[in-house]
Amino acid sequence: MAHASDLIATDIDEYLTSHQYKSLLRFITCGSVDDGKSTLIGRLLYESHLVFEDHLAQLAADSAKVGTQGTDLDFALLLDGLTAEREQGITIDVAYRFFSTERRKFIVADTPGHEQYTRNMVTGASTADAAVLMVDARKGVLTQTRRHSYLVSLLGIKHVAVAVNKMDLVDYSHEIYDAICAEFLDFAGRIGIDHVTFIPVSALKGDNITEPSGHTPWYHGPTLMGHLETVPVDDEATSSPFRMPVQWVNRPSHDFRGFSGRVVGGTVKPGDPVRVLPAGTTSTVERIVTMDGDLHEAVAGQSVTLTLSDEIDASRGDLICAADSPAEVADQFEAHVVWMHEDEMLPGRPYLMKIGTRTVGVTIAHPKYRVDVNTLDHLAAHTLALNEIGVCNLSLDRAIPFDPYSTNRDTGGFVIIDKLTQNTVGAGLLHFALRRSHNIHWQDVRVDKGARAELNGQQPGVVWFTGLSGSGKSTIADIVEAKLHADGVRTYLLDGDNVRHGLNRDLGFTDADRVENIRRIAEVSALMVDAGIVVVVSFISPFRAERQLARDRVEDGEFIEVHVDTPLEVAEERDPKGLYAKARAGELANFTGIDSPYEPPEAPEVRVNTSVMSAEGAAEAVVEALRMRGIIG
Amino acid sequence: MTTTLDAGRLTHLQRLEAEAIQIMREAVAESERPAMLYSIGKDSSCMLHLARKAFHPSTPPFPLVHVDTTWKFSDMYEFRDKTAAEHGLDLVVHQNPDCVARGINPFDHGSAMHTDMWKTDGLKQVIDEHRFDLCFGGARRDEEKSRAKERVFSVRSAQHQWDPKRQRPELWQLYNARRSNGETLRVFPISNWTELDVWQYIHLEQIPIVPLYFAASRPVVERDGTLIMVDDDRFQLNDGEVPEHRSVRFRTLGCYPLSGAIESEADTLTGIIQEMLLATTSERQGRIIDFDASGSMEKKKQEGYF
Repeated sequence: MAHASDLIATDIDEYLTSHQYKSLLRFITCGSVDDGKSTLIGRLLYESHLVFEDHLAQLAADSAKVGTQGTDLDFALLLDGLTAEREQGITIDVAYRFFSTERRKFIVADTPGHEQYTRNMVTGASTADAAVLMVDARKGVLTQTRRHSYLVSLLGIKHVAVAVNKMDLVDYSHEIYDAICAEFLDFAGRIGIDHVTFIPVSALKGDNITEPSGHTPWYHGPTLMGHLETVPVDDEATSSPFRMPVQWVNRPSHDFRGFSGRVVGGTVKPGDPVRVLPAGTTSTVERIVTMDGDLHEAVAGQSVTLTLSDEIDASRGDLICAADSPAEVADQFEAHVVWMHEDEMLPGRPYLMKIGTRTVGVTIAHPKYRVDVNTLDHLAAHTLALNEIGVCNLSLDRAIPFDPYSTNRDTGGFVIIDKLTQNTVGAGLLHFALRRSHNIHWQDVRVDKGARAELNGQQPGVVWFTGLSGSGKSTIADIVEAKLHADGVRTYLLDGDNVRHGLNRDLGFTDADRVENIRRIAEVSALMVDAGIVVVVSFISPFRAERQLARDRVEDGEFIEVHVDTPLEVAEERDPKGLYAKARAGELANFTGIDSPYEPPEAPEVRVNTSVMSAEGAAEAVVEALRMRGIIG
Repeated sequence: MTTTLDAGRLTHLQRLEAEAIQIMREAVAESERPAMLYSIGKDSSCMLHLARKAFHPSTPPFPLVHVDTTWKFSDMYEFRDKTAAEHGLDLVVHQNPDCVARGINPFDHGSAMHTDMWKTDGLKQVIDEHRFDLCFGGARRDEEKSRAKERVFSVRSAQHQWDPKRQRPELWQLYNARRSNGETLRVFPISNWTELDVWQYIHLEQIPIVPLYFAASRPVVERDGTLIMVDDDRFQLNDGEVPEHRSVRFRTLGCYPLSGAIESEADTLTGIIQEMLLATTSERQGRIIDFDASGSMEKKKQEGYF
């Protein structure tokens, strides 16, 4: 590492002091596969003298073996991390690189420009202060350039540089460069990118990377490195209202109670009045505690522990805000959602949402529209697939504090987590609370479930039959209802086929429609339980998450899940409606057990198997279980 | 670290420190049985210091776990015990009983088998035995190419496998620490630190490190161009090999027969940093296990090493 090496050799203390006060810039590079993005980053590392001798030796060996630059060093090979992708010649994930100059330290998120990888770019952009967009001078502004620009703008990056690369291949033509700038500016204006810096470069030859190039005498702007060293690190976070999500309540002893968290907006001082959301309680900051001693002020970006002057109740997930400009609190939102998983989004399915330090339940409505990231057109959509972006309404299971994403990334950005696999399946940006969130309240009523149940002289509940088509659900459910009815129990049977003729006639058999099908049935069941009735439900209901949703809609002990666990071979052999035959012949798509999954219950209240017991026997087993649980006398 | 701020702007080390603290608090808040993998090296020292800051005035609410091979430098064992006692931390030392029984060592069994059995298998054993659901590790993204893409919160299957396709996207400061079906997490709070950042932080914060990082006269033998320290009488000398005293220090610490020393006179922290900055070979070259092939770290990770 030779940069500043004179100072390092002669006065290491002076060097370290100067290094200590460097700021940090995180930026993202975006470009198409052949724009020379990896070459550019490799060049930045090389120019800041951060490539070690052994890395250089390996680079030379790799360049000769798989490089694309003949006998020259192929800088791109410095970056590609995983062996598989190195062989494919494309980077397939976000990689983080580090380098520093005498003025700044940099963290680069290197993301691929390949068609499929919106997910990675959004991930890289979420932590970036600035963006460098690569444009191939020979090709100009491409569809992919537009896509990257849109994503950069969506994620709220304010400082955008366009590196017009491969200028050496267009004879450093001023006209070509100007035409590209004009074309880009026209587009940038439409998507709300206000400040753009254009720089003509050749990553391969090193023009305008760290030194002004003699090949572009007509260019008087900064070099790329010069730009990166001077672009302002975003101070907006510090000037916005104070926000700190509580991460951890610090209680080493009875006489200390602190709230640990990272300040994500504004500044805070002892004596500042604060409001704790969503509860809305108020107090005053007493101390800002750190291991290095109390602070007289904490600013956005710092991790601290606050003590408050009142004994108020605050816990992980709460948001401590400036009392005079608190965040909003709501439970229904409009948001941009970016889908990040191979399994498409299922509108209506209960997911988890993590925002700040709070995790809540969320259901996502059908998208209002999907954004074509290439044309920015709004397209009709039923759901979102991997790498698709749409605008959707969200409904949460409780109210949360938030700011619009455009105001604060950390109180307006969220991720979506699948309840079953615990994978992060999506991300999103909150825009605003829906008005109805403020205006819909529960109407207090005088006659409640208990009163209705008492008049009926019975315990209400849901008997939920799940199983493959042809497993015998409907037959058993029918017998069960008849037995209950004979005993004087007020019942109602909801059958999958019958309901699809009416309430759910608009739904098909895609995963998304199946989820909505079950969501409606769960709601109807819950209403009937509220009316004091024993509801018998017979639906394939293939997904665990939706059966859980139905269970969650009623009280503990009111939901009896009956798994009609007839093996697929037996059900298919019976094939009472001829559906398996059709599905096998390819005439019927999305058929459970054939080309659509069935997730068996892990712990059903009752499990019956009609291949070894009669329908009558199975029904008797269910009635017995209801008796044991006190649903019937 | 210094609490005076330049016009409200944080220095790069202040930002890195705040990020590491946020990561640690998040991990502890969302796990049931966290632990910190403690390797006694400088990165571990740095990470432990950050943990003390993260939970101050409480003591870090997790034990230090040392996956021991019995072949570390004696200075390291001394430093480990002293550090844990000084900060009032529980120390879990695990030695793979299979290796103990079979006397696995780098001389007779080679570096690959030695490392695989003591460290990779040992780590799995201690996680299973104590049912740790989350372990902090001191890995950095700048150490090696395949680590540049590692997540801060990295999911391991119940069999401790790392699957590059199943790693979760990490946006903003939001980390998904949820686990299903026996999965565990490795969490790397100093992912975004470089070697220089770690050294500079140790310098600024005056964090104690093992004396082996400083130059001193030590008994060494030279093998294949690498200086190996003769730390105890288990060292198997070849015919005619005689240890000689040279002024050496170590850039990375591991099992002493597998750690290459460099000749140096640097016996102060700034002296070390100066040498490091002027050096022209990267840090991991001192680690013999990386020499196999450039994809080897990735393979080790998939098998569960770290």
